Amino acid sequence: MNLHNPPQDLGVLKIKKIMNIQVLGTGCPKCKSLERATREVVAQNGIDATISKVEDIVEIMKFNVMTTPALVVDGKVVVKGRVPSNDELKQILTNKIYIL
Amino acid sequence: MNLQLFKSRNFLTALILLPIWYVVYVNLQSTTDWLVDTVLGMTKSTHFAETIRFFIFEFPKVIMLLVLIIFFVGILRSYFTAEHTRKALEGKSTFTGNIMASLLGIVTPFCSCSAIPLFLGFVESGVPLGVTFSFLIAAPMINEVAVILLYGMFGWKTAVIYITTGLAIAIIAGWIIGKLRLEKWVEEWVYATQLGEGEGEEGKIAFSQRITMGYDAVKEIVGKVWLFVAFGILVGAGAHGYVPAEFMASFMGKDVWYAVPLSVLIGIPLYSNAAGIVPIVSVLIEKGASLGTALAFMMSVIALSLPEVIILRKVLKMPLILTFVAIVGGGIMIVGFLFNWIF
Repeated sequence: MNLHNPPQDLGVLKIKKIMNIQVLGTGCPKCKSLERATREVVAQNGIDATISKVEDIVEIMKFNVMTTPALVVDGKVVVKGRVPSNDELKQILTNKIYIL
Repeated sequence: MNLQLFKSRNFLTALILLPIWYVVYVNLQSTTDWLVDTVLGMTKSTHFAETIRFFIFEFPKVIMLLVLIIFFVGILRSYFTAEHTRKALEGKSTFTGNIMASLLGIVTPFCSCSAIPLFLGFVESGVPLGVTFSFLIAAPMINEVAVILLYGMFGWKTAVIYITTGLAIAIIAGWIIGKLRLEKWVEEWVYATQLGEGEGEEGKIAFSQRITMGYDAVKEIVGKVWLFVAFGILVGAGAHGYVPAEFMASFMGKDVWYAVPLSVLIGIPLYSNAAGIVPIVSVLIEKGASLGTALAFMMSVIALSLPEVIILRKVLKMPLILTFVAIVGGGIMIVGFLFNWIF
């Protein structure tokens, strides 16, 4: 089933969940700019999300990420090792539809 | 090549820009001469005119080389990720592993700020310690900026010498560290750290996206180094006309036996990117420093630095850091002596 365009008549219950966004980074300049960009995009597009920063290296390794900064949405790594443009971030963050 | 590619704006822009680049690059010398001799109307071969000519020619030349090559390296690098490299190196035997790690160190995107997660990710998933070191030595030392600048200012032979000797140091130093079995000097928590599940792989990348990554690399790297290049070449241009030619010979010349070790010892704690150091090295050589000594100085500045040691101290105990610095520093000295002896 195509999760991005669920057929309306199936009666699927769509519930918008609060998105959990984590920015992984040990404090390098790029990590800070990714966090800033994420906050901007979330604020500008009215996305319902909590944003937190993960700076502890042991916690970062739990995501099996070797290049920082990385962006994790609801536990899934979506970007790593680079800072995407605000447009790309917007696409990444708004294309999520939650089906329960 | 598919048709979709020709519809991508990135690709078309690149197709238009490449010939323009070529025409400008080929005519750079004549344009410079015309500017200096006719437009500025300067008297030929005065110190001042030659200094201006040197700068007006060298600066755009080096920047144009950087833009072109970083663009292609950026595209090439999009095919290599730290994850692929790790997979290729897992459980590799020593020596073959050291060679592969050093070669992959050149092409895999690397930033010293990710050195710790990279080290953990490699060691945890079974890449031998010595092989990991080969990667960590080659990645910062043999980078495209250093190679392009060496090519631009000294010609391709020096660039090739730098790459091959840098590779040799990374391979052999990593191999020795592996043979010494120094795992006991890695901080205990490193081996206790649990790697998460899943590769965290991003989806398939279209070629037009890779071109975007090439543009991004140019913006990021050239944006960061152009000022260093300008400053370095300006110093070079100034020294070109005004400092006596054999000025450095008595400090860094071939006959000064302690010049190589001293240059390496001074270079180890210093931190600079390649863009800052190559123009300075070119001045040193022009003013009488020998190639081996200058190259050893440059390598020790780029490959080893105090900030790097501080970062590595998080995962390595002091004896291992000192062993690492001593082996790499020793390798660089051997390279320096070797080239002083050959040339």
